[in-house]
Amino acid sequence: MKTLVCISKAPDTTSKIAFTNNNTAFDEAGVQYIVNPYDEWYALVRALEIKESVGGEVTIVTVGPNEDDAIMRKALAIGADKAVRIDANPKDAYFVATQIATYAKTIGFDMVLTGKETINYNGSQVAGMIAESLGFPLISLASKLDVEGTTLTLEREAANGVEVVSVNAPIVVSCAKGMAEQRIPNMRGIMAARTKPLEVIPPAACDDLTTFATFGSPLAKSEVKMIDPNNMDELVALLHNEAKVI
Amino acid sequence: MTLVYLHTSNGMSKSAFEAVTYAKKLGNEVIVLTAGNADANTLATLGSFGAQKVIVNRAIDGSDEQQVSTWVCNHAANAENILFLHDVAGKAIAPRVSVRLKAGLVAGAVALPEMDQTIKVNVFSGKAFGFVKVNSQKRIISLLANSIAPEKIAEVCPVEEVNETIESSGIKILSTKKPEGNIPLPEAELVVSAGRGLKGPENWGIIDDLASALGAATACSRPVSDIGWRPHHEHVGQTGIAIRPNLYIAIGISGAIQHLAGVNGSKVIVVVNTDKEAPFFKAADYGVLGDAFEVIPRLTEAVKRFKLNQ
Ligand SMILES: Cc1cc2nc3c(=O)[nH]c(=O)nc-3n(C[C@H](O)[C@H](O)[C@H](O)COP(=O)(O)OP(=O)(O)OC[C@H]3O[C@@H](n4cnc5c(N)ncnc54)[C@H](O)[C@@H]3O)c2cc1C
Repeated sequence: MKTLVCISKAPDTTSKIAFTNNNTAFDEAGVQYIVNPYDEWYALVRALEIKESVGGEVTIVTVGPNEDDAIMRKALAIGADKAVRIDANPKDAYFVATQIATYAKTIGFDMVLTGKETINYNGSQVAGMIAESLGFPLISLASKLDVEGTTLTLEREAANGVEVVSVNAPIVVSCAKGMAEQRIPNMRGIMAARTKPLEVIPPAACDDLTTFATFGSPLAKSEVKMIDPNNMDELVALLHNEAKVI
Repeated sequence: MTLVYLHTSNGMSKSAFEAVTYAKKLGNEVIVLTAGNADANTLATLGSFGAQKVIVNRAIDGSDEQQVSTWVCNHAANAENILFLHDVAGKAIAPRVSVRLKAGLVAGAVALPEMDQTIKVNVFSGKAFGFVKVNSQKRIISLLANSIAPEKIAEVCPVEEVNETIESSGIKILSTKKPEGNIPLPEAELVVSAGRGLKGPENWGIIDDLASALGAATACSRPVSDIGWRPHHEHVGQTGIAIRPNLYIAIGISGAIQHLAGVNGSKVIVVVNTDKEAPFFKAADYGVLGDAFEVIPRLTEAVKRFKLNQ
């Protein structure tokens, strides 16, 4: 299997979320970036497991500026064979998907894996957009992926439970929990990552379909109302009369 | 015209009515598209929320999202807005339609457009929000459930049954595993959730009892599903699923930021914890400082008394 895994950076979950430039941009001051957990724990690790069992090659790709090389080295340390960074600021999901699909077309992959969403923009859009651009089927929100020859068997979230599906490569898969377990890179992996190829390529032309006009932070919650643990009737009454949720 | 695609194979959910209400409030004529064998009389009820007409394609069943995308695009020539729910179906279909029509997608909208036509979405796992502007002529929106209250404004509408065959994606569905709980977690309006404070899987009886007294779905924190005390599909949070119920009761969960990321969209949060310093209290509307093993059976009895008097 020749596999492409899409990697996005995401702020470490303990990062302070603030905005600058009149609330039009994310304030990166002091923010630590990590590999988006869905991309790393689920998509990348499963791609590596498949390579280890049936052979092939795992390439990782991201759309981002210079600084993102650090994130790519981290992902290489986990075990990917080579990395590609498309040198542009990711404007929106359509921009990212167009860049990745354009690159994927020039190489030809059997599988393109993404995480189910990024923890910063939570859009769940990139996988579907890549699939459409490449004309591949998409298995969205997959929790299991097995390969036999060119046939893939997957489990995916469906409206009425979990569906077991089969499909032939080439495909795009968005990966959710269940796919694989987190892998901690070892010293050898980290050393090897330093010398693995990291190719930087220019972006393709792309329309600007959406823009984030402004950002804001939710209003602070009002003070919590403490209820006497011996008086659960009061809690039920409040949930009914005041909160109106039961 | 506003086109709404709804997945109706598993019956009509409240969020379908929310989507039609939202579409109606965008101001134009609303046409609903759906696939599969949903009963025509049921589909006609979408008229009450403002749909002018429902077109149901009997030749496809809605499970093949690539096929659905093609069909929706075939009907989109005159649509200014194309609306989906930000659910399993919408997450797979809306991005494809966006690429096909080169139309900007607002994924996970939580409100109607503002005066300046930007649309609010949640970002950073609910820790912030943003306003998205669409630069293309056509606009695609996927609406997060529980963002708008359904409004009945009219009577039933006509349902047009069509048979338009569309090439399939080649995905074969081998089987479907139904979830174990009675109420699927992502759609549940009431959720009872528990964490490591419960000490072991054998103690989940009190959680199940409270959930069934309320008619709630059950959820859990990540360590609990990682150790195998509870099934994976119950794991909520940043690495599990994100939910936005009306009521979230968190029992023996500390309220780590990664857990909150999945539940901070809940309308009302109740926290039961023995530690008055537990961070979850800061995110709660109602708090009970006490031992779950004493408080929860008491709460269950109180809920039962309340239900009897209803
Ligand atoms: C990258 C990353 C992603 C993560 N993603 C998630 C995620 O998606 N979801 C998630 O949940 N976690 C996630 N975590 C883990 C998270 O940080 C916490 O470790 C986890 O949520 C803690 O689970 P808990 O509250 O059940 O357990 P604990 O933190 O151990 O808390 C147990 C709580 O129970 C209380 N308690 C004990 N006994 C009782 C009693 N008898 N009655 C009442 N209360 C009692 C204690 O006071 C305590 O507050 C993630 C972590 C990382 C690093």
